[in-house]
Amino acid sequence: MKLFTKHHNVLPGFGPTMGYTLLYLSLVVLIPLSALVFKTAGLSWNEFLEAVAAPRVLASYKVTFGAALAAAGINAVFGVLVAWVLVRYPFPGRRLVDALVDLPFALPTAVAGITLATVYSPNGWVGKILEPRGIKVAFTPLGIIVAMTFIGLPFVVRTVQPVIEELDAEIEEAAACLGANRWQTFRRVLFPLLTPSVLTGFALAFARGVGEYGSIIFIAGNMPMVSEITPLLILTKLEQYDYQGATAIATVMLVASFIMLLVINLLQKWSRRYAE
Amino acid sequence: MSAPTRTLTAHANGNHRITEPAPVRWVLTTVALVFLALFLALPLAAVFSQAFEKGFGTYLLALKEPDTLAAVKLTLITAAVAVPLNLVFGVMASWAIAKFSFPGKNLLITLIDLPFSVSPIISGLIYVLIFGRQGWLGPFLEAHDIKILFAVPGILLATIFVTFPFIARELIPLMESQGRDEEEAAMVLGASGLQTFFRITLPNIKWGIIYGVILCNARAMGEFGAVSVVSGHIRGITNTVPLQVEILYNEYNYTAAFAVASLLAFLALITLAVKSVAEWNVRENMEP
Amino acid sequence: MSIEIESINKQFGSFTALGDVSLSIPSGELVALLGPSGSGKTTLLRIIAGLESPDSGRILFNGEDTTESHVRERKVGFVFQHYALFKHMTVFDNVVFGLTVRPKETRPSKGEIRDKVTELLRLVQLEGMAKRYPAQLSGGQRQRIALARALAVEPQVLLLDEPFGALDAQVRTELRRWLRRLHDEIHVTSVFVTHDQEEALEVADRIVVMNKGRIEQAGTPDQVYEHPANPFVLNFLGNVNLFHGRIQSAGEGQPEADNSVSYVRSHDVEIDRSQHDSSSLKAEVKHIQKLGPSVRITLSINDSESFVEAELTRDVFQNLDLQQGEQVYVRPRQVRVFAEDYQI
Repeated sequence: MKLFTKHHNVLPGFGPTMGYTLLYLSLVVLIPLSALVFKTAGLSWNEFLEAVAAPRVLASYKVTFGAALAAAGINAVFGVLVAWVLVRYPFPGRRLVDALVDLPFALPTAVAGITLATVYSPNGWVGKILEPRGIKVAFTPLGIIVAMTFIGLPFVVRTVQPVIEELDAEIEEAAACLGANRWQTFRRVLFPLLTPSVLTGFALAFARGVGEYGSIIFIAGNMPMVSEITPLLILTKLEQYDYQGATAIATVMLVASFIMLLVINLLQKWSRRYAE
Repeated sequence: MSAPTRTLTAHANGNHRITEPAPVRWVLTTVALVFLALFLALPLAAVFSQAFEKGFGTYLLALKEPDTLAAVKLTLITAAVAVPLNLVFGVMASWAIAKFSFPGKNLLITLIDLPFSVSPIISGLIYVLIFGRQGWLGPFLEAHDIKILFAVPGILLATIFVTFPFIARELIPLMESQGRDEEEAAMVLGASGLQTFFRITLPNIKWGIIYGVILCNARAMGEFGAVSVVSGHIRGITNTVPLQVEILYNEYNYTAAFAVASLLAFLALITLAVKSVAEWNVRENMEP
Repeated sequence: MSIEIESINKQFGSFTALGDVSLSIPSGELVALLGPSGSGKTTLLRIIAGLESPDSGRILFNGEDTTESHVRERKVGFVFQHYALFKHMTVFDNVVFGLTVRPKETRPSKGEIRDKVTELLRLVQLEGMAKRYPAQLSGGQRQRIALARALAVEPQVLLLDEPFGALDAQVRTELRRWLRRLHDEIHVTSVFVTHDQEEALEVADRIVVMNKGRIEQAGTPDQVYEHPANPFVLNFLGNVNLFHGRIQSAGEGQPEADNSVSYVRSHDVEIDRSQHDSSSLKAEVKHIQKLGPSVRITLSINDSESFVEAELTRDVFQNLDLQQGEQVYVRPRQVRVFAEDYQI
């Protein structure tokens, strides 16, 4: 069975495996996702606009995208630092810490959510220290940033870390031989090499933050107009049987994630531009 | 969109002679570790601290609660269905993609990754749009008294969707890096297609499979958002473990909530441990 | 077993890997497919094996058309460039793989298999390595295990893709002599791919020079070296100097045309202090480079912008006692003239 083109290959099984792949992909991903597109297409332009541009919805975009941007920014800074330290500075327990970096990926979001809410609540381990100083984290937009920072951290570290590992020691030695000090070497030689991966990690963390739900709702307080994230708003509309509203907002989110997907793909292409 | 799973961390070349002055190294290491402690270690510790706050007896009692046991059972069933289905898909897809060349390969890989870039709430929503009362199949299902939404099938479907890419995206780069030489050698030596797959390919991707399965399983057992949309939160019937955590927490039953959450935290720690071992072995199997 | 290759064409997209290639390989010979990278030699080898299928043309084994038969049924032994040993299997399991995948009826017994491995490991001089894993072997050892694995199924044809390409110079030389002796011992029809002319000249009974998907010349090592069919073959089998236009050659009866190009191998350039005859050209010694047993001299021909390279043995060089900047006469000992300038 020759599905696409003549393949120069003696290995068997292309037809069945490709057929199964396309069938399963269609059933599980493509057809369900197309439901969203068709449902939206059924809305009139005015209905759509009314649903996606209502003040409460606009406020939720602001909260969601704003917090995701802030959290991705924090992760871009600290994620690079963590990656650098993990690769370059040996310290006892490094492998353990290295494994721990993936915790946000392995820990179910609901668990992360209730835990962060507890730790940062006024009585919690961290909240207890911050509260008297006038910093409220839990049940404010700040809490959303904390949750998004938690879940986004591995994206930056794991994107930047392999790039730091592959930096050739010789380029730093060359910079040093040419008279650059450490800071100059980092700023002028290393940082430009790391930039694409940092941006990719930033974009990944941002995209993850925008879609995140579980770890945020417990700490956010979910006050409409103030600390209500868009995914929660979709769920609220759904629970009120406002399918049209939920679908319209979901479409906006889906388009946003496709744009980010595109940006990330371009960034990854860009980050390979020096590759031999 | 690539998630961090693909990165297989190496073990750094500690013999960099050119490095920063010791105080700088010390300060940077401290800042990084404090950041990680604050954001990762502290919450992890808090789960267990809260769970055991009222003693081991209360902890066990919370776990033995019938609704919790029902939630554990449903979660295990969900993973037992979603993981094997996605495993079969992952192996099939990676064989077709990594061992053959055809136009549109990159598009196919992007489509497989799609569920990663969709918000979990939207992943649940699409099933409501298909199976809900106002959905495509709603009237039909109602007429035949088939329950998918707010029932176990809905939870299974949503879980399969969100865990769809895990194993495939792990195996595709691994199998691509291994090339076709060994399989071709086996064919020349007279092996059949299945013999080649089971005796040559499978041993080579074994650790990649374990790695993908463990991550897929962690997500299947821990998924919250998507499942929350389709579950209907019927206690003892359509509650998975993460949903049970939410209910207990919202009822201010913190100790019980954290006791149940600690099960998931254990799962996360086991996942991280197996993942580290698998990463090490996958690296061994990657051709340079 | 003899192999007939009949007008094979193979296209990869818009790239012509093989254009109407025909060749016959007599039974029991050791044949080298020699050519630069991209010349189609590996593709041809893979088509003989059945790892690729040709767009058109036929492959016959012993006169029987095998073009449509699957690689599994062809009974060929194939040694891959990077060995393709099964990393997760011991040397023993690698070698016996081809026997253990047979259906039960034709599978040899355990005892027979063990004897076979012992015999093959002796043949490739790796007795006692059966329990090792490929990662524990050196490059040369892996290569020989790959060969033992290919021979275990008693192939009618042995095909080797750049068999020594990944090895260092010394191991290469050793292994290719060993391969020659092995072939003399087992006499299975063998085809190997190489881009190393020295390797082809030393090992093969017959050399097939390929370029850009075509066969330039096929013949014994002496034939292709002494009587190259065209400038490409001449150039590929040794360093060559070009003389554009007419030159008077020492040999008689060469065709003469204004656009003809003369080719002289660098060890066929003679250097003299005095003018020998009308074919001598006055030249200046520009550069002297000692290369182990030989010495390479670069000369510039007076009144022209062309350079000539000559390769002398150390003895001749010491007798001449050449100095840089010195005026001498060069004379081509053997000239080959081809009518047109062939692209090299």
